[in-house]
Amino acid sequence: MKPSRSAFLSWIYDPKIRGIIAQVVTLVVLGLLVGWLAHNAVTNLAARGIASGFDFLNDPAGFGILQTLIPYTESDTYARVFVIGLLNTLLVSALGIVAATILGFIMGVARLSKNALVSALATVYIETFRNIPPLLQIFFWYFAVLQAMPSPRQSLGWFDAVFLNIRGLYLPRPIPTEAVTAFVVAVVLAFALWWVIARWAKRRQDETGQPFPVFWTGLGLVVLLPYLASLVFGSPFTWELPQLRGFNFVGGWVMIPELVALWVALSIYTSAFIAEIVRAGILAVPHGQTEAAMALGLTPQQRLRLVILPQAMRVIIPPLTSQYLNLTKNSSLAAAIGYPDLVGLFAGTVLNQTGQAIETIAMAMAVYLTISIMISLFMNWYNKRMALVER
Amino acid sequence: MNETATATTTPNRIASHKTAEAMIVMEHVNKWYGDFHVLKDINLTVARGERIVLCGPSGSGKSTTIRCINRLEAHQSGRIVVDGIELSDDVRQIEAIRKEVGMVFQHFNLFPHLTVLENCTLAPIWVKKMPKKEAEVIAMHFLERVRIPDQANKYPGQLSGGQQQRVAIARALCMKPKVMLFDEPTSALDPEMVKEVLDTMIELAEEGMTMLCVTHEMGFARTVADRVIFMDKGEIVEEAPPEVFFTNPQNERTKQFLGQILNH
Ligand SMILES: Nc1ncnc2c1ncn2[C@@H]1O[C@H](COP(=O)(O)OP(=O)(O)OP(=O)(O)O)[C@@H](O)[C@H]1O
Ligand SMILES: [Mg+2]
Repeated sequence: MKPSRSAFLSWIYDPKIRGIIAQVVTLVVLGLLVGWLAHNAVTNLAARGIASGFDFLNDPAGFGILQTLIPYTESDTYARVFVIGLLNTLLVSALGIVAATILGFIMGVARLSKNALVSALATVYIETFRNIPPLLQIFFWYFAVLQAMPSPRQSLGWFDAVFLNIRGLYLPRPIPTEAVTAFVVAVVLAFALWWVIARWAKRRQDETGQPFPVFWTGLGLVVLLPYLASLVFGSPFTWELPQLRGFNFVGGWVMIPELVALWVALSIYTSAFIAEIVRAGILAVPHGQTEAAMALGLTPQQRLRLVILPQAMRVIIPPLTSQYLNLTKNSSLAAAIGYPDLVGLFAGTVLNQTGQAIETIAMAMAVYLTISIMISLFMNWYNKRMALVER
Repeated sequence: MNETATATTTPNRIASHKTAEAMIVMEHVNKWYGDFHVLKDINLTVARGERIVLCGPSGSGKSTTIRCINRLEAHQSGRIVVDGIELSDDVRQIEAIRKEVGMVFQHFNLFPHLTVLENCTLAPIWVKKMPKKEAEVIAMHFLERVRIPDQANKYPGQLSGGQQQRVAIARALCMKPKVMLFDEPTSALDPEMVKEVLDTMIELAEEGMTMLCVTHEMGFARTVADRVIFMDKGEIVEEAPPEVFFTNPQNERTKQFLGQILNH
């Protein structure tokens, strides 16, 4: 290469400049694409006589909703419908996350069991529910199980308090009495004391070496204090039991079959993945760690708490959070059985009624994006905090 | 084994003078993995302060033998008595024995989520119920003895193999054990790190620690061992002081093994 020519064109070979050029080109192409889409949408909407913008949110919705966690009438606005959809999504996600975590940990540990029958059953559970599409599982619970339930008069009932029939799951509903304040104070006090005792016990152990059964003491407090409060101040709740009146139940708390089906299906589906994550996490701790802890004389509980779990949790938590995220996203399959979640309700019914496709879908997307970003931020923070220090 | 069934509170010390003298007694110990007979009638007595080197071909049952002593493996027949405590299925006996027996593994097995200091204080704090300060003083003492006090606040992953193995030795010593078991402590190390670990072990031997070492470091065996034991196919084949063992082995299998190992 001649020096003059290489000097003239040498900037082309500079990786920094190349990087900048690539980014500029990408941005320009992306900008053009978005601009074209927006222009297209605006022209189309104008042609159909739909005003773009978020003003529609203040219009009355005019339709009924199967399940609302906050008061709602048909004359309430679309904005309120949005909140109701969001709350319904959060409700089924929260219920699902709790159940999937409990089931998943049990199944994950069971699959590692030395008992051949237990581990075989867990394996069958995991492989079955992991490999059937979630929508099919939702249909199964909704159509094959819950829609096949008897009518209210022939309800399955337990202890005259819990009833299951084609209209849903009926549970006793707690109604607060005047004593509820004392009860709540007692619960808060118990947890505060637990925390204080934990700190005191840690300090005492550091100084004298004597361990203290913090967990059992704390648990005792949490049970005992509220119990004492209800003895002294009277029962904090009266329970409203569901009762058969004519052809249906009145009173109590109803979980509609759509919610039950969605909850059960999502919990079981996700628990199969969580079980594998838990199993992998436990297997990721080499057996040598257990042996070293045994050789030092640690008891089985100490080995689990001080050596195995801290290492397994590092492996378990990141994929576990992404399973929580998956469950939340999968809850949008609710639309298929008519559970009024955010997508079905807002990006479905509201969209159809108003025609505000871009706005409704953008709002629903924003919700899921916000949840994802919050979970990612938590994960990054957690990983940084817990990462094992290597060279 | 039945005498210990009557154990009431603390682990039984067996009063016979033969076992009281000895640190470790193994009598007619047999172990099977399924059909596979790993340990065949092992008889071995280790006196207090005695240093024993255990060698033999791969798969001969050396690791299994020493892992039976602190119940990382269970034996199926025969008896094992450590410092007068007989091993049984009773967890109290097992815990009592583990408190007195330190073990060092081939792959160090340090706890990666704890600092070097925390690795050393974990068992004193939780098993011996020692105040944290006191445990830390003891830990620093032993970290100085293995010459890595300056690494106390690092994590195992930040140390070299030789340093990690010395931490593992310090961690075991923090429990003030009466016996130390070593299972090939240098065979996972790069050659240049073998010496620092062997030197630590030699110092320990000079201080009078009772030691049972599985190792193929024949130089170490010559300088430190009171007795060298050769195992093959689950049996103790030969047992002699190092000067006899290396110069005048009796058994054919020992000769063959020494021929292989000393020729390179
Ligand atoms: N958990 C197990 N199940 C079945 N067989 C085993 C198990 N552990 C060890 N063995 C077998 O028992 C025999 C003795 O093993 P051991 O680890 O005691 O040998 P070793 O003398 O320490 O050998 P090396 O020098 O390779 O460490 C080997 O043949 C091994 O394959
Ligand atoms: Mg071995």
